[in-house]
Amino acid sequence: MAASREDVKFLSNPRIGLRRKKYCRFRKFGIKYIDYKDPDFLLQFINEQGKLLPRRITGNSLKYQRRVATAVKRARHLAILPFLADLMK
Amino acid sequence: MRHYEVTFIADPVLSGDEVKATAQHIQDELTRFGANIVAVDEMGLRQLAYPINKRSSGVYFCIEFACEAADFIGKFELNLKRNEKLLRFLTVKLDKYGVKYNDDKRNGRIGKRAAAAKKAAEEAAALEDSLTPDVVDLDA
Repeated sequence: MAASREDVKFLSNPRIGLRRKKYCRFRKFGIKYIDYKDPDFLLQFINEQGKLLPRRITGNSLKYQRRVATAVKRARHLAILPFLADLMK
Repeated sequence: MRHYEVTFIADPVLSGDEVKATAQHIQDELTRFGANIVAVDEMGLRQLAYPINKRSSGVYFCIEFACEAADFIGKFELNLKRNEKLLRFLTVKLDKYGVKYNDDKRNGRIGKRAAAAKKAAEEAAALEDSLTPDVVDLDA
């Protein structure tokens, strides 16, 4: 007789598939200023083509997502980050 | 006191002396306008993310300055624009968090290496305390 669904589930981790809590890293660690001159830090917020990642992916709050965006745009103006690229990461 | 930060890129084809002279000229201009220079950071020759004026690298400078008045910023930027030795420039007004961040960065309180250095210093201090022998009073 095949085991019922409830029995099978607990052979592995019952928490599997639970969403990891998404949080704004700036709020959590109390970072107030985002330096536009630091490309290694800003790489976390852009994809391989150099485009800004959306807030639902990065988990930032609106306030800090906007600051990240202005920092990235300033870095692009100063040629610290490219406007368009391939294989950035 | 308003804090500003100007980052500019000098032409890489200039000789080292000319680059230094350009940076010095800009600093003198700022002091002439009445600003006091907080810090000058020469970030050195860096690769540009895209070519500017057919060049692929540039010498980056970052000058942080503070001033009471703010009316000279327009004239200052106009002079930067007219300077043929500069490829790009960006003037930014720093809020108090920016000022604090720059200050911490200069004093090495930011970054993984800073945290690791602090931890190493703490551990060294703890080790030293445990190694000092107890004072034995021989006369007692």
